Parts: sequence; C-alpha cells; structure tokens
Amino acid sequence: MGGYTGKVLRINLTEGKISTEPLNMELAKKYLSGRGLAGKMFFDEVAADVDALSPENTMYIATGVLTGTNAPTSGRFMVVTKSPLNGVIASSNSGGYWGAQLKFAGYDMVILEGKAAKPVYIAITDDKVEIKDAANVWGKDVYATTEALKAEFGDDKAKVLTIGPAGETLSLNAAIMNDLFRAAGRSGVGAVMGSKNLKAIVVRGTGKVVNANPDEMKNVLSAALGKIKENGVTGAGLPTYGTAVLVNIINESGIFPVNNFQESYDANAETVSGETMTANHLIKKDACYRCPIACGRYSKWEGGQGAGPEYEAVWSFGPDCGVHDYDAIHVANDLCNKLGMDSISAGCTIATAMELVQKGYVKPEELEGIPLEFGDAKGMVEWTRKMAYGEGFGAKLAQGSYRLAESYGHPELSMSVKKLDIPAYDPRGIQGHGLQYATSNRGGCHVRGYMVSPEILGLPQKLDKDSLEGKTTWVKIFQDLTAVIDSIGMCLFTSFALGLSDYTAIVNAVTGFNYTDAELLACGDRIYNVERLQNLRIGMTTADDTLPPRLLNDPIPAGPSKGSVHRLPELLPAYYAERGWDAAGVPTAETLKNLGV
Amino acid sequence: MRVTIKLFATFRDGRFKVEEQDLSEGTCVLDVIQPLNIQAEELAICLLNGKDANEHTVLNDGDTLALFPPVGGG
Ligand code: SF4
Repeated sequence: MGGYTGKVLRINLTEGKISTEPLNMELAKKYLSGRGLAGKMFFDEVAADVDALSPENTMYIATGVLTGTNAPTSGRFMVVTKSPLNGVIASSNSGGYWGAQLKFAGYDMVILEGKAAKPVYIAITDDKVEIKDAANVWGKDVYATTEALKAEFGDDKAKVLTIGPAGETLSLNAAIMNDLFRAAGRSGVGAVMGSKNLKAIVVRGTGKVVNANPDEMKNVLSAALGKIKENGVTGAGLPTYGTAVLVNIINESGIFPVNNFQESYDANAETVSGETMTANHLIKKDACYRCPIACGRYSKWEGGQGAGPEYEAVWSFGPDCGVHDYDAIHVANDLCNKLGMDSISAGCTIATAMELVQKGYVKPEELEGIPLEFGDAKGMVEWTRKMAYGEGFGAKLAQGSYRLAESYGHPELSMSVKKLDIPAYDPRGIQGHGLQYATSNRGGCHVRGYMVSPEILGLPQKLDKDSLEGKTTWVKIFQDLTAVIDSIGMCLFTSFALGLSDYTAIVNAVTGFNYTDAELLACGDRIYNVERLQNLRIGMTTADDTLPPRLLNDPIPAGPSKGSVHRLPELLPAYYAERGWDAAGVPTAETLKNLGV
Repeated sequence: MRVTIKLFATFRDGRFKVEEQDLSEGTCVLDVIQPLNIQAEELAICLLNGKDANEHTVLNDGDTLALFPPVGGG
C-alpha cells in the first residue's frame, strides 16, 4: 500500500498525552483521507451538542493520501472540526508545504483533543513529538511567530502552522495560517485552535511517501502534467494573471457584487482587475508544494509587499466595500495573513457593517470617529485591524457578518448561507452556482462545487448560466467530485484540466488500490452525506438550505444580469431527489444503505 | 453602427483594452476578431452585452462585445 503512512498522531492537550494509532484502513477505503476520512472520524467521535469552542471539540488536521507524493499540487491538507460559526463540520483546506512535511514526518493526521492549561505549541520531528511552552509567541502575529519558532526549532526546513491574534481572541473569522501566507481560512477554525490554547505546530520530517506502483505513476503523471500544461486556464491564464483575472470576467457577466450585493456590476472594476495587478503590482509568482500552476502572487504596494491578494480578497475588501484603491486592498489582505483571518469573511463582514451604517442601524458614537462607509479605504483597513484584535466595535465585527447584523435586528443584511459569507459571485445571475451556495454543507462557499467553471468559463463545457436545465445534476456531480479532490490532497484548480478518470488513475497508482471511476465518485457522495447528517443532527433543516432574501427577491438593479433573481424554490426539490434525500432534505435509509454509510 | 469591443488578459497584448468601432450592418464576431489576428479557437469566453455569444453571433448597433482567452480562478 502506498500514499498513506498508516499512522495517526493523537494529542490530548488537557492531559499532555501524546500517542499514535494505526489509521483505520477500512474507513480510509470508503472515505479516502483529508476532508472525507477526518469528517467521518469527527462524526463518530464528537457528540452533536458539543460547544465548538470547548475542550470537548476535537480538531483533525488531515493530509490527503496523495499529499507529499509526486502528484501535481499534492501539498494540501484539511482542518476538520466543529465550526464555531455554524456548528457544521468545518473542513478548511490549505496548500503550501506544511502538509507534505507532516507526511514526511510519518503521519497521515494529527488529532487535537482537550485544552492546554496555558498557551503551548507542538514540535514534531519524525517520531519525536513535544508539547512546548508558547509564552514567547502568544500575542505575536503570524510572521513574527513563524520566524521565532523556526529559530527556536533550529532547522530551517521546518514548516510552521500557526494562529494569529484573531485566533487567540476567538474571532469567528479567524483562520489557521501555514508557511506564512497559506490559510485554512473558512468557518472560524482559527478560533477552535485558539480555544485549545494551541498557538502553533512546527513540523520537520525526514521520511518519504511511497507510491505503490512507481512505473504506473510515471505514465499517469506525465499524462496529467501534459493536460495541466496544455489547458488554457491551468497552463496560461492562472500562471500569468493569478486568480484576480476573474474580476473582469465576472463583472462583464454582471454578477460581480458591489456594496454588499446592492449592485452586481462595477463600472470601475478595471482598477482592481488581475490585468491591472499584473501590470502594476506583481513582483513574482508563488507556488505550493509540487505545483506546476503557480497561481500564487507576491505583490508590492505603496509602503510594503507580501502575498496575494487572491480574487476573493480583491473583491471582499474592494468593490464589496465600495473600495477601488489597490494599495488599501493589499494592506487589508496582508493584515489577514499577518493577524490570521479569513480574507473572504473579514471583508464581507465589513461590507455588511457598512450597509448597517448606511441604513442608520449602527450609531456613529459606536465607531470612535473611524469611518465605516462604502468607499472609505482607510476606514476599511483600520476596521480590519480592529476586528483581528477585537477592539471596540471590532469585537462585534469579529463575530462575523451574521451575528453582527442579527445583533442590530437585521440578519437579512448578512450576505451569508448558514452564517458563512457568500464569496464573489452574485447567485442571482448564475443559477447552478446559487444552488450550490444554498446546499453546500458548510454554508456560503464557492469551492464545494465550483459551478462558475461550466456556467461562466465553459469548462468542461459551456452551460447557460441563467437556465435551470440540468443544473441539479451538474451541482451534485461537482459537489461529489470536489469532495473527492478535497479528500485526496490535490488542489481543486487542477479540475480545470483534469477529469474524474485522471484522479482515479493517480489514486490507484499511488495506493495500489483498484477504484473504478464510479467507486471513487461514490466516495465523494458518501462524504457529502456524512456532512449532511452532521447538519441535520445539529438541528438544521431545509429552511437552512437557502440564500439571503435579497438574492431571492430583489432583482439585480443594473448591468448585464439586470432583472435576475435566484430561482432556488424551483431547483431545491429536484436537487434533493437527485441526492436521494426526501422532501425534508434528509437522506433516505435506502440512500445511506446504498452508499454504505 | 457603433459597437464597443473590450479585450481582456493576453488579448490586450499589442492590441487595445477597449475600442469603439464603426461596423457595417450584419457584422459578426468573426469579422471583428479576424482583423485583430485572434483565432476563433483562442476565444474561450465571448460575451455580447453580458450574454453568451460565439464567433457567428451577429452584432447590433450599441452592442458591447467582451472577448477573453482561456482564464479562470476561484
Ligand atoms: S494552483 Fe495555486 S493554490 Fe493550487 S496548489 Fe498551485 S499555487 Fe497552490
């Protein structure tokens, strides 16, 4: 057997107990690894009513079966735990180099239980695992912590995963950062790590991940690499412009949200486009472990330089806040990296706050004289910083857009699904993607079934974005395939170029198993259903599979998608049927039996 | 008739970002891209007033045509 190390590291922080256990291979065959296997283990081990920020919540940092192999983009890992934002299974994905290093140290997964009595960090060098005092780095930002822990560890090849001040103050927008700039961003996972008094995990591994069939792997790899290179998106578009190239496409399609989704076309989009960033700000490209695509950016701005920004952050701190100042967007994005926050939700929360101010629901005296109006770049940056430290009104922002808007009696102004903010595509003008927002198990998320690919980019084939035809089938397949990709340790961006059979071939060559395409896709379906069962057991119902009222009722006011609303009620029953769920969105006994859940 | 042509990403190299062109009635997308030296195969996304179009779509007065090579992100 290849790919898996077969070993899990379990650390109880309350007792200071460190142990290892064999990976449950029977489960791994059904749930792969990463998001799938850790999600299933979470479901079995953690009670439904556990408070996400209590010691009883458990965190699984899980690599994929391909992580650390020579498969392209195989540096990825997942943080799986109960989300403090909405109680669902959080599974936040990150790239960089940390995941591969954990595998080299000999572990498929690290499980973190309990809560340390005082701030600690974990140091791993192969079999040597220690829980150490983090007093020196608690309170420090991600950059300073990374530097200090690397120095203390004494090995430059060590990789650091850490929370910033936002995680320490238990912000529900807190991310877990690794390799300085990479983020397991969404669902508030940084707050769970903070609640355990765990600042960081430093890891250095000297082992290797073996492939079961090295010869077969050679052929499979050369085919996959060829496809990635030849594909116009992965071979040219993404490497040249980064993800921000989407600004103009999404805007020209009339689904680029402006001022907290009050508008969906931006006449000034060019000022924040990927083309503009490439011409004026780009210093160099950046890639995760074994990635031939290199979509990452390293950029300069007035007074600084750093990683990013990605499309989503360009939008959330930019047009969603009415801001068109690239320098300010860079600074806010850098604050997210440095202080450890989800750059999507942080920007969206500020946009929601701006609308609360615009409508007069937030009184000026709450704001200490710091502007919080659409278009005010300086105010946007300062509120980003205050959110991370929970200062003044920033403490309300740190609770995320839903709790913020709800506290003023207007939850409808939070542009979120299941309290997780919707990213940079207005679902009113892209019906399949909107269905996927509404039904994504973790809430408003674009990377659980990226329907933008067929509905806008024409990959693997062009679908009419405004039509409902066939969309329920497409959404289900995209969601299941994404669950597979998330659970094997490859980057979702490879799916612009690769299809199911490419992933099956790679998994089989690495593991020595003989999955058929249908069996691998069924793993994705199984994973999706387990996540759904978690949503149901914490009390979610079909009423939670919805979109903010604005996006269902108020037509897009202007631009190319003028007049559109999202037609969710026409899609949802057919989607449930497609999934083998009853009218209440509950998987039927037969569905679960067929999937072996 | 007047039509606004917008080019994006690598299509801008050595060409333009946005241009208003005077075109004769019956002009289709292919007639616009040929003089620009853009091949139909290079055209990944073609939006006419924000709606899907292709190289055979006929243009009308006041239209905005947005042309993209293969690009994507997330
Ligand atoms: S495509 Fe981008 S995010 Fe994905 S692995 Fe490569 S550099 Fe990382």
